[in-house]
Amino acid sequence: MAAVMPVPARPRLGRMLSTALFLRPKLMLALLLLPPLLWLGVVYLGSMFALLAQSFFSIDEFTGQIQRTPTLRTYADLFRTAHLDIILRTAAMAAAVTFASAAVAFPIAYYMARYATGRAKTIFYLAVMLPLWSSYLVRVYAWKLILAKEGIVTWMAAELGAGGGLDALLSIPIIGGTALSVSYIGTFTVFVYIWLPFMILPIQAALERVPESMIEASADLGAPPHRTFRNVILPLAFPGVVAGSIFTFSLTLGDYIIPQIIGSSRLFLGQVVYIQQGTAGNIPLAAAFCVVPIVVMSIYLGVAKRLGAFDAL
Amino acid sequence: MRSDSAVRKAPPALAAAAVGGILFLHLPLALILLYAFSTEDASYQFPPPGLTLHWFAVAWERQDIWDALSLSLRVAATSTAIAMLLGSLAAAAMSRTRFFGRESISLLIILPIALPGILTGISLRSAFNLAGIPFSTWTIMLGHATFCIVMVYNNGVARFRRMPSSWIEASMDLGADGFQTFRHVVLPNLATSLLVGGMLAFALSFDEVIVTTFTAGQQTTLPIWMLSELVRPRQRPVTNVVAVFVIFVTFAPLVIAQLLARRAEGAAEGDLR
Repeated sequence: MAAVMPVPARPRLGRMLSTALFLRPKLMLALLLLPPLLWLGVVYLGSMFALLAQSFFSIDEFTGQIQRTPTLRTYADLFRTAHLDIILRTAAMAAAVTFASAAVAFPIAYYMARYATGRAKTIFYLAVMLPLWSSYLVRVYAWKLILAKEGIVTWMAAELGAGGGLDALLSIPIIGGTALSVSYIGTFTVFVYIWLPFMILPIQAALERVPESMIEASADLGAPPHRTFRNVILPLAFPGVVAGSIFTFSLTLGDYIIPQIIGSSRLFLGQVVYIQQGTAGNIPLAAAFCVVPIVVMSIYLGVAKRLGAFDAL
Repeated sequence: MRSDSAVRKAPPALAAAAVGGILFLHLPLALILLYAFSTEDASYQFPPPGLTLHWFAVAWERQDIWDALSLSLRVAATSTAIAMLLGSLAAAAMSRTRFFGRESISLLIILPIALPGILTGISLRSAFNLAGIPFSTWTIMLGHATFCIVMVYNNGVARFRRMPSSWIEASMDLGADGFQTFRHVVLPNLATSLLVGGMLAFALSFDEVIVTTFTAGQQTTLPIWMLSELVRPRQRPVTNVVAVFVIFVTFAPLVIAQLLARRAEGAAEGDLR
């Protein structure tokens, strides 16, 4: 072999290196992992820890200077009524958005998993995936057009003779407002719209995995379709719903753009973080507010794991 | 698999709810398309009083939009390149071997998109401030690359997992060294999944606004431009035209990525997430 295939000088070095690496799989692994780990460790984790460390600093109320001595004062500040209200309001919105998304997503996912076939299935799948990847801002912007006082919803309500109904809806205290685009109803609708695909996909995946034989067995044992649905399909699809809720809940907790563009002047958690670190210059409080979604999501993920949601992701 | 699925008919109420849900997801975008042609320039009046192509010409002349677009493309290209390098290295390491701490590393790679973007953004901002790094195009790219890695990684890992290790062994048995095997066996098989991951990373970066607001100084990417127009509208019809442009620009690579992924992986639906 060596006679017909003379090995040139340069590749010999490459071969030696290659053999050396092949014989030391751990070194090879370390070399592969080093660049991405350095990047994520330094850029991402490093800055994340730097931020969280600052939540143990506090701000001098008179001078506005940040005092770099460890204290829990900033965390105590979180429990002031005004701040607690913001946290609870955000959590309530996240919960409402999660329930509504599940209700809207379930029929779509159910249809995709159990009835759509071939081409229809591909089209449905693309129709759910595309919004997930298309521009977030443009999709929010669309709702500014839709919910504007002079927009299509008002026009349709008037055409259908339901203008009074719309006014009645808007006159409900707290969730209403002068127009849909400046009310909680608007904020809620946009949240559901934007996060809906995140709910559809895991439910669909969970439903796909329900074995046909189980449904047939249930029918053979005499269960009418609605009982099969309640006692067989729904429990098996539930981990999918929980998996989807991780996204809808977490994303609503952290978002500050949607309530800024469509919503009332009462703030959500993300907006407060944005304001505190920016114009207010209170990084410690902003950092402490950042800890809230991290803690809430850790608890949420713990519960979700017990409910088997991670197998449905 | 399911012999009776072809003949099964959905209850009308279910079909209506499913189709209604899909329409709910897509009609708002169609509405933007209509508004881009509206003659009304001071409000979001529906129905539009008239239709015109005028605003496309106006938008074309706006230098600030071109600048924002060019910055967005540069940022997306650079951060995608960084993410493709780091993401494929991580995928190669994680798919072949089992080692201590493997789970934590995979969590670390996913974390930047699992946690709310505002956390990534504000952390980076305060870290840049602490380190005395001035905000520039580079700080934007740094932030974008961080959350783009996972896109390339996910697609890469899925492909590596499907590639039989016997191929690599066969190549080695036939006398190729590690580098030749990589170049002639691994890379050609990995190429489409890298391409798909890269396209998704590009789309993610091109559209990103939350992290960008924190890591940009005076620079305006296209999403930042959109956001400022949303908060304080100046010329609404021009915003509509840009929105339509963004819809088409992001749809094209996504559809291509989808088709590539489907062709390459069969009906592997998990790859894009």
